[in-house]
Amino acid sequence: MRNSLANVLLPTAAIAAALLLFGVFVGLAGVNPLDVWLLLFKGAFGDWYSWQNTLQRAAPLMLTALCVAVPARAGLVIIGGEGAMVLGGLGCAALAAAMPLPSGFVGTALVCLAGALAGALWIMLAGALRQYRGINETISSLLLAYVAIGLFKHLVEGPLRDPASLNKPSTPSLAEGLRITGIGGSDVHWGLVIGVAACLAAGLWFRMTPSGFAVRVVGGNPRAAQLVGLPASRLILLACALGGACAGLAGAVEVAAVHTNANASLIAGYGYAGILVAFIARQHPVAIIPVAILFGGFGAAGSLLQRRLGLPDASVLVLQGIAFVLILASEALRDVDWKAFLARINRFGPSEPSPIPMPQDKP
Amino acid sequence: MTADQLLIFFVGIVGGALRVGAPFLFVSLGECITEKSGRINLGLEGVLVLSAMSAFGASWLSGSPWIGVLAAAATGALLATLHGVLCSLPRVNDIATGIALMLLGMGLAFYLGKPLIQPQAPQLPAIALGNWSDSGAVRSALQVNALVPIGIALAVALWWAFANTRAGLLVRMAGDSANATRALGYSVSAIRIAATAAGGMVAGLGGACLTLFYPGSWNEGVSSGQGLIAVALVIFARWSPIRCVYASLLFGGAGAIGPALQSIGISWGYHLFNIVPYALTLLILVMTCRPGTTVSGSPGELSSNH
Repeated sequence: MRNSLANVLLPTAAIAAALLLFGVFVGLAGVNPLDVWLLLFKGAFGDWYSWQNTLQRAAPLMLTALCVAVPARAGLVIIGGEGAMVLGGLGCAALAAAMPLPSGFVGTALVCLAGALAGALWIMLAGALRQYRGINETISSLLLAYVAIGLFKHLVEGPLRDPASLNKPSTPSLAEGLRITGIGGSDVHWGLVIGVAACLAAGLWFRMTPSGFAVRVVGGNPRAAQLVGLPASRLILLACALGGACAGLAGAVEVAAVHTNANASLIAGYGYAGILVAFIARQHPVAIIPVAILFGGFGAAGSLLQRRLGLPDASVLVLQGIAFVLILASEALRDVDWKAFLARINRFGPSEPSPIPMPQDKP
Repeated sequence: MTADQLLIFFVGIVGGALRVGAPFLFVSLGECITEKSGRINLGLEGVLVLSAMSAFGASWLSGSPWIGVLAAAATGALLATLHGVLCSLPRVNDIATGIALMLLGMGLAFYLGKPLIQPQAPQLPAIALGNWSDSGAVRSALQVNALVPIGIALAVALWWAFANTRAGLLVRMAGDSANATRALGYSVSAIRIAATAAGGMVAGLGGACLTLFYPGSWNEGVSSGQGLIAVALVIFARWSPIRCVYASLLFGGAGAIGPALQSIGISWGYHLFNIVPYALTLLILVMTCRPGTTVSGSPGELSSNH
């Protein structure tokens, strides 16, 4: 109980402290921190328009965060979600360009599956390199992300380019019937539902199914997993594939719902922001949902900060960076014995020697 | 391809190895110092970007590129100190902290560097190695960054210091056995923080190479994973500063293939040739790493967080 309270309180306190520090930071640039906080809130959650923008950004964040959280449960630190996402978007656009697909739900599901498959294979590669070659998966997944981005640029500007796209190289646009539409006519598209469903499904998988539990055992105690004979490599590859599939799906959703084709705007840093979201959610799939909405909101508010206060568009990146540092530092507070700490603070001045109980003399 | 073009291409690769390899050299030396003390600093990617920005900014404001170099070293040391201090806290993992500092460094650099995208800052002087040739293309390809000889001297000095000086031995001891360090009455955290800070300072020089020599301007794409490649490169160099020099030149050469091909008029596959360094890093990792064993030369308690 005490532990789960700390799980909520520590990240909340860290985010609050990050916002405070961010205010001080922009204050150094001569901007009133109060304005910044107000605009952050307004731009993120102030009105229905901001909410739509926020939720639109939260959808891919949830999926890229799962790309970190699911392998993390198997004991891997995968940070190459950006690569899987970009390839997912490319896979989605390439399938739609390569063959005629039935319009409507089936077609959309097929292009999304193509994206998920591309992402799954890419992250599985990082997992396989670790399991079979002993290569640090953090480094290899990020290197693979750069390779993926290079491949993406090569294909989008070369073989897969739509000749009609002159200024901004892109693949041919998805047919109208394949696109993901807004929910009830709003700008919030069904990708949000996919993201939430994926987070819930991952949470249930870890908690309710034998295979999900086995993955957690492999991640939590590899020695125990070995002793009970769990197929560690297979489970780790499975976790990587599922995580990668989520990131690939994020790319496919971005293409099918927002950009309508694969182009360089897909490389927008969702993969990196997803790492932060997953760490704040403590790699817990269900906790990713609110954290992704919060950071989607900060992302949405970024353009407002830029327009109203003239802050650089990277100010949101600074906020994310500060939050990341503080969230890690906050872990150090977990073991602090708060009662003793408060008692020490309350006792001003040098601590007095504790009274030694003396046997009372009877009168 | 004529003989002339072949020469230009070849010289482009050699010159590019020295030019593109310079940031790799400094970051890998910095990471080498850090890892010798037992910590991995993935945040050197962030250090590289932030120090590249501050080098450019300081050079532009002061008019002297050498002030820029100092600023880069100071910035690198500061950000790396943050990494060192954070990792000394209980329950804080150095890999996660590295990722955080990578994002923080990039965020700060893009934020503070916004006004620096337009201006031109004074650049570091070049050492002309191509004066033997009368071809202008060869001459311009063999202009070498003045920091490169400093980097090579530093590598030799580090190699000597790790084996022969008190500080070098202490850093290695902290990396190999925290308990032995404690038993001798030294603070493991203090040694590791100092080594991480020194590593950040050296890596910061790599940032100065980026904005004050090649490519010679500040923009948000100035580093795309060079810092991270350098981290992987240290594994390949088996934690030897001298081997870091060879590895950096190899990677510089691989990174120069795309631009060298472009300089002789071949632009097909530009992005594909740009991924050669990443692919090469992965390939080298595949060849050097073995599952279940540590690479020989690896510090005994690397990334173990005592």
